[in-house]
Amino acid sequence: MPLLRRKHRVLPGFGLSLGYTLFYLSLIVLIPLSATVFKAAGMTWPQFWSAVTSPRVLASYRLSFGAALGGALVNAVFGLLVAWVLVRYRFFGKRLVDALVDLPFALPTAVAGIALTAVYSRNGWIGRLLEPHGIKVAFTPLGVIVALTFIGLPFVVRTVQPVLEDLDAEFEQAAASLGANRWQTFLHVVFPEIWPALLTGFSLAFARGLGEYGSVVFISGNMPMRTEITPLLIITKLEQYDYRGATAIAVVMLSASLALLFIINTLQRWTASRSAA
Amino acid sequence: MDVISRVNRSGPTSLSEATEPVWIRGVLIVLALGFLLLFIFLPLAAIFTEALRRGVGAYFASFKDPDALSAIKLTLLTAAIAVPLNLVFGVAAAWTIAKFDFFGKSLLTTLIDLPFAVSPVISGLIYVLLFGAQGWLGPWLAAHGIRILFAVPGIVLATMFVTFPFVAREMIPLMQSQGSDEEFAAISLGASGWQTFLRVTFPNVKWGLLYGVILCNARAMGEFGAVSVVSGHIRGETNTIPLHVEILYNEYNFVAAFAVASLLALLALVTLGLKSFVESRMGDERITA
Repeated sequence: MPLLRRKHRVLPGFGLSLGYTLFYLSLIVLIPLSATVFKAAGMTWPQFWSAVTSPRVLASYRLSFGAALGGALVNAVFGLLVAWVLVRYRFFGKRLVDALVDLPFALPTAVAGIALTAVYSRNGWIGRLLEPHGIKVAFTPLGVIVALTFIGLPFVVRTVQPVLEDLDAEFEQAAASLGANRWQTFLHVVFPEIWPALLTGFSLAFARGLGEYGSVVFISGNMPMRTEITPLLIITKLEQYDYRGATAIAVVMLSASLALLFIINTLQRWTASRSAA
Repeated sequence: MDVISRVNRSGPTSLSEATEPVWIRGVLIVLALGFLLLFIFLPLAAIFTEALRRGVGAYFASFKDPDALSAIKLTLLTAAIAVPLNLVFGVAAAWTIAKFDFFGKSLLTTLIDLPFAVSPVISGLIYVLLFGAQGWLGPWLAAHGIRILFAVPGIVLATMFVTFPFVAREMIPLMQSQGSDEEFAAISLGASGWQTFLRVTFPNVKWGLLYGVILCNARAMGEFGAVSVVSGHIRGETNTIPLHVEILYNEYNFVAAFAVASLLALLALVTLGLKSFVESRMGDERITA
């Protein structure tokens, strides 16, 4: 491969395709994104600081981070379970179930939002069962976790599934023949192989949950200080023509997202190098 | 329990030692399906149940509303502009990154993925900052009578931003894994660049391309957060299907909201079906290749 790469300019179209790629990337992504940074740079430091640390904003960070973390944790446990069951066992309707795991990727977030609200509100199929036990889901922080669990569900399943599929059964058989029980085998043989993928899926679900808007705003009730997520607060500020306040919060969120993107890229490279070895 | 059996995996030694007792398998399957029931199956069923709550007549009446029709038209128009443009970009970017070596290639790959890392709300906000009344280009646009924000161009731009990486992200690894040997052969036999692309590269990547287009289209038609920020919510003018669903829902017109939402749910199901089909075709080609 390195040998072939050296003669790469044999193929035509490098200038045209690179030029077009950079032009379109700048026009659609880079220039608009830089507008955020310039707008924020027009603020003084105390202005910026007070905009991003007011009590209402801090409460929204707590909810957004906490609920994204909660949803990602639920997905880490149950996503692993779903991936395991889909790879290792055979049952009726498995192909359909496998395809439907991707529903949160394909279903528009607003539709997911109203559907989850319908199921988990007081009169809903699940909400009705929980209500007598004093558990309220819709219009509470728990509802936000439910929405973010839905949104993040495919990430863990789809990152863990291929690693489980590639796992050689011989190691497990060796462990069994050496006297390990199934739980020990899982803990000491299987888990060390899949946990980088699990961590990647967890981070992807967390990152997605942090910025999610559509599926959350219907189920959360949007009460300031209590069930108001950070993306919603950006929209509220925009509607009040507080462009600076909105931009300042956006810069905080963008920084968090970019840091996560960097962590995820590193994790993915690590996962890939492990599976290649 | 006879429906539950161990997937037959390669390995001659006794499989019973490397799998779980039947009752554990059963419990795990029930737990996994129970989780999916709570978070996937029930919400999906709820959309159609709520939409049909007042019968088939009320369901179809929801689509006769002129505002619903104009929302459907706008969504189709938006996807018809955003998807082809991102398709052309995706192919150009994949050709650049997969077939050539140059300085800054990994940075370029990361930058292409950037819109996936940005919250949909921020994806809308950046266009407000650019084209809004207080934005960079706002005063100039207003002086020339050009409306971008709270109008169709803004909606298309925001949609292009959020669906930007889909095709490129599918094509880059695919074209990288296929190498350039066949293209070298075509060029050395005298084919032009376009002939090489159309006759050699394209047949090799067509399923991957379709896969990217399907995902890109689903997101383009369903995007809510980014479009919500730039749309201005003008009925019959700047409402896409998801925004129309929101308006109906907030007016407590639940049957109509879920009826219109069921269109998007059907689109999602068709998307998943096509995706499974394309995945199986790509799988077949990988085996025969």
